[in-house]
Amino acid sequence: MWYYEKKLEYPVKVSTCNPTLAKYLIEQYGGADGELSAALRYLNQRYSIPDKVIGLLTDIGTEEFAHLEMIATMVYKLTKDATPEMMKEAGLAPHYANHDNALFYHNAAGNPWTATYIQAKGDPIADLYEDIAAEEKARATYQWIINLSDDSDLNDGLKFLREREVVHSQRFREAVEILKEEKDKQIYF
Amino acid sequence: MNKTMPPEFYKLMEDIQAVDFVLVELSLYLDTHPDDYEAVQQFNYYVKQSKELKKQYEKQFGPLKEYGASYSTYPWSWDDVPWPWQI
Repeated sequence: MWYYEKKLEYPVKVSTCNPTLAKYLIEQYGGADGELSAALRYLNQRYSIPDKVIGLLTDIGTEEFAHLEMIATMVYKLTKDATPEMMKEAGLAPHYANHDNALFYHNAAGNPWTATYIQAKGDPIADLYEDIAAEEKARATYQWIINLSDDSDLNDGLKFLREREVVHSQRFREAVEILKEEKDKQIYF
Repeated sequence: MNKTMPPEFYKLMEDIQAVDFVLVELSLYLDTHPDDYEAVQQFNYYVKQSKELKKQYEKQFGPLKEYGASYSTYPWSWDDVPWPWQI
């Protein structure tokens, strides 16, 4: 069971209407290493992972939904006042033709989200290594978007999200060590 | 869409976000360090802080959480306060 809480994990501000930045940022909404992929990846893997790390996957998976909401808020604020002409100039005419100013789960190039972005191997080490890689890729993506952005208000939120990827990666690395210790124990008993 | 709320609303929201972030961070830490007594103490300290702030917020601005995790005002006011992306 989940409960929605009517607040963002971290405040989101944007300086100006800027559909071009929204076009890049949508990568973290419906892209391969985006927040939707992250949430669904971890919450799906937790059913078959050893008990010692189910709590971690549940908590990080849940936090990813809070990040998804932050990205949605950024995209919404960057585009809510954009005219069709502005959407067109930003290269978002194909998006506008299908969705008006609504959000949709696709990446920066317009490809719709697909379950092929995530894995579940059932092997705890394989799954956790995928999760570490996913966090590092998401961290890099945030960096590339920050490099493209000149909106300091937006960048404040993006830097928070970049740091969360670092923490998640660290926690997943610790989870790998916990499972290795467990495995070593089993050899002696 | 963009209702302006009293300054107290923004202040309380930011305080709640700050305390709840500590709780998110400590939760993930404790998931991999369950025997850290000091961290558990810190965690419970901030749980109390969070509950107090939310009680204050909800008294003035209505429920933060759905499905009965918050008390309701009369009349029902779930839609009255701006949603997070409208703030």
